[in-house]
Amino acid sequence: HCGATGGEGGLVGGGGYMKWLEVNSSYSSSAMSEAVVPDATVSPAAGGPYGEKAGGPGVDFSYVGIDAILEQMRRKAMKQGFELNIMVVGQSGLGKSTLMNTLFKSKVSRKSVLATAQEKIPKTIEIKSVSHDIEEKGVRMKLTVIDTPGFGDQINNENCWQPIMKFINDQYEAYLQEEININRKKRIPDSRVHCCIYFIPPTGHCLRPLDVEFMRRLSKVVNIVPVIAKADTLTLEERDFFKKKIREELRANGIDVYPQKEFDEDAEDRMINEKIREMIPFAVVGSDQEYQVNGRRLLGRKTKWGTIEVENIAHCEFAYLRDLLIRTHMQNIKDITSSIHYEMYRVRRLNENNTVVAHANGVPEHHLAAHEM
Amino acid sequence: QTKCFFYRSHIGEQGEGARAVPLAGHVGFDSMPDQLVNKSVNHGFCFNILCVGETGLGKSTLMDTLFNTKFEGEPTQHNQPGVTLKSNTYELQESNVRLKLTVVNTVGFGDQINKEDSYKSIVEFIDAQFEAYLQEELKIKRTLHSYHDTRIHACLYFIAPTGHSLKSLDLVTMKKLDSKVNIIPIVAKSDAISKSELAKFKIKITSELVSNGVQIYQFPTDDESVAEINSTMNSHLPFAVVGSTEEVKIGNKMVKARQYPWGTVQVENENHCDFVKLREMLIRVNMEDLREQTHTRHYELYRRCKLEEMGFKDTDPDSKPFSLQETYEAKRNEFMGELQKKEEEMRQMFVQRVKEKEAELKEAEKELHEKFDRLKKLHQDEKKKVEDKKKSLDDELNMFKQKKTAAELLHNQAQQAGGSTTLKRDKERKK
Repeated sequence: HCGATGGEGGLVGGGGYMKWLEVNSSYSSSAMSEAVVPDATVSPAAGGPYGEKAGGPGVDFSYVGIDAILEQMRRKAMKQGFELNIMVVGQSGLGKSTLMNTLFKSKVSRKSVLATAQEKIPKTIEIKSVSHDIEEKGVRMKLTVIDTPGFGDQINNENCWQPIMKFINDQYEAYLQEEININRKKRIPDSRVHCCIYFIPPTGHCLRPLDVEFMRRLSKVVNIVPVIAKADTLTLEERDFFKKKIREELRANGIDVYPQKEFDEDAEDRMINEKIREMIPFAVVGSDQEYQVNGRRLLGRKTKWGTIEVENIAHCEFAYLRDLLIRTHMQNIKDITSSIHYEMYRVRRLNENNTVVAHANGVPEHHLAAHEM
Repeated sequence: QTKCFFYRSHIGEQGEGARAVPLAGHVGFDSMPDQLVNKSVNHGFCFNILCVGETGLGKSTLMDTLFNTKFEGEPTQHNQPGVTLKSNTYELQESNVRLKLTVVNTVGFGDQINKEDSYKSIVEFIDAQFEAYLQEELKIKRTLHSYHDTRIHACLYFIAPTGHSLKSLDLVTMKKLDSKVNIIPIVAKSDAISKSELAKFKIKITSELVSNGVQIYQFPTDDESVAEINSTMNSHLPFAVVGSTEEVKIGNKMVKARQYPWGTVQVENENHCDFVKLREMLIRVNMEDLREQTHTRHYELYRRCKLEEMGFKDTDPDSKPFSLQETYEAKRNEFMGELQKKEEEMRQMFVQRVKEKEAELKEAEKELHEKFDRLKKLHQDEKKKVEDKKKSLDDELNMFKQKKTAAELLHNQAQQAGGSTTLKRDKERKK
């Protein structure tokens, strides 16, 4: 990244170089002349690839300043801030709220209140969405944590994924409605669920039918990140065995969790994501309590037999989860949501209205794809 | 059954009850701008510049100078009748940034005798790019993130360095373009004007633009990091530029300049011209804002007008879920109806034409028949005449024959009655 913008002379030290190719050229005219495409040539305008004048006395780095756009984008992003919507799904008592609080180092999720026996188990699944503004080093983020108390808690859990799917689709719908408005907002508020963390109870054996059903259905509409909750009850061998079993079952059922193989953009992506795919589901432990360990204050869980350090990768994989979700793949998660899941919803939605109408008019469906505005 | 609770607090831009939560440690989402920038770097950037100005104002040279390269092989042909727009796309790269730059030039602008319609092809071109984007956005299966955006992000309007005032063509054109594109006016070939004349010229231009209500692009002043430089630059508009790709040795450096017998105009010398200011504003400081304004303001305006024109309306929230589909359907029926009507009209017209032709042909046929009859009659008359004549001739012939027969008979009788008669005659003859 080239440093300071040039002053009078526009000369900047440091390796900015120009190279160009003519891609295509087209004529558009009121007189409808024919398009003329000259041969593509590659020839640096001013000497060698570093902008040096061939044989000239002084080296003149011809710096245009195109790369300044990166700084401009950064400025704009800082000013606008970011939005992130995470949903947590899992039975009560798996430490969902604690994990969220640990991830974002603040009370972003309220733990379910220990109520009386009557109040404790909700009769239905609730969807609770709480938003917070958080800021770090000048970067502002609106974080929304969507909790699903009641999931998997009933005796009969049939169709317990329905309200969750409905919620996710409702967010897509809200976005779509705003997008097709004539007078639409400058920035469409994004309430779409970017990521759904699914908590697997640490049984150590295999996935339960509920887990399989839920993930199978929801992986089609949202990015699912499965985690093994309360992993401090598993030894390392049990953990590895459990993970392998889970991965096998996911594969056997055709469940694509994040990062999905088909969305890898290039070889570099694939390499990074393959490493992640070999590690999921992450075995996590959450804590919002700090303890003194070796002279440092660390987040952990203190037990009689030792203190589990949450951010220590020898103890649990929380740090991997945090890095994936927040430090490296946050933008990617949002991109997959908007350019793939949302687009799929949109296609389905626009087509289903066409179908309804088509059947009414007796028009065969394949004609409709062509009739776009 | 689902119960939904929403507790929402907004990013405190308007400071309305934002519920900020302090962080107890480093979370790591401060890397988000980096993640976003990395994604954009991988994706590449798009920037489209439109150069409007009369022939010979140095548009191509200025582009070459701005981007430090020779864009075109041969100079443009100026032999088309109207105003045409020539568009070229180039891939430039600087460090790790890949830019797809499209430069659109107006060819023949201001060359015509009657310039009333000169602005039209420019407006059409700009609208066509908006339309293409709108079409893509409205598709069912769309690929917006890989769409090559051809919408014009900046329009450099080249003003001829007369030193007096704007031409009416300039005012009219800029007025037509100001709601469609970000206009940055520049005084071209400004080495033709002296410094004092230039100052007066700039003031005149600015006041004419203001009094005619032309909205030129203002460099944004809402972000503190660039507010100061942008507002300073705003006061220097229109930029007086000089372009050159030729280099001259000044001191021990090679600089871009134009060499005259009386001196050398250095392009990158801020005392000589505003080229550096233009490059700074256009590329190094506000390229992203230009792109954003194009998308959020000019394109939205176009989209709104276009959709309203087609009869779409935002209805109240209750009926919203289906209004667009219903309107689509209504529009489609209307369209089909119109098609059918047109078809019917054409059919009618066709039938009409057929009838007319048929009548014509019948008429002709009738005439022919009449002619034929006439000729036939004529023929018959002639024939009759001829036959009559023949008859009369025959009659004459018959009569003649009769007479001849009668005469011969008499002659024979006379011979038998007395050959003497004959002798007598002979004797008389001999005498």
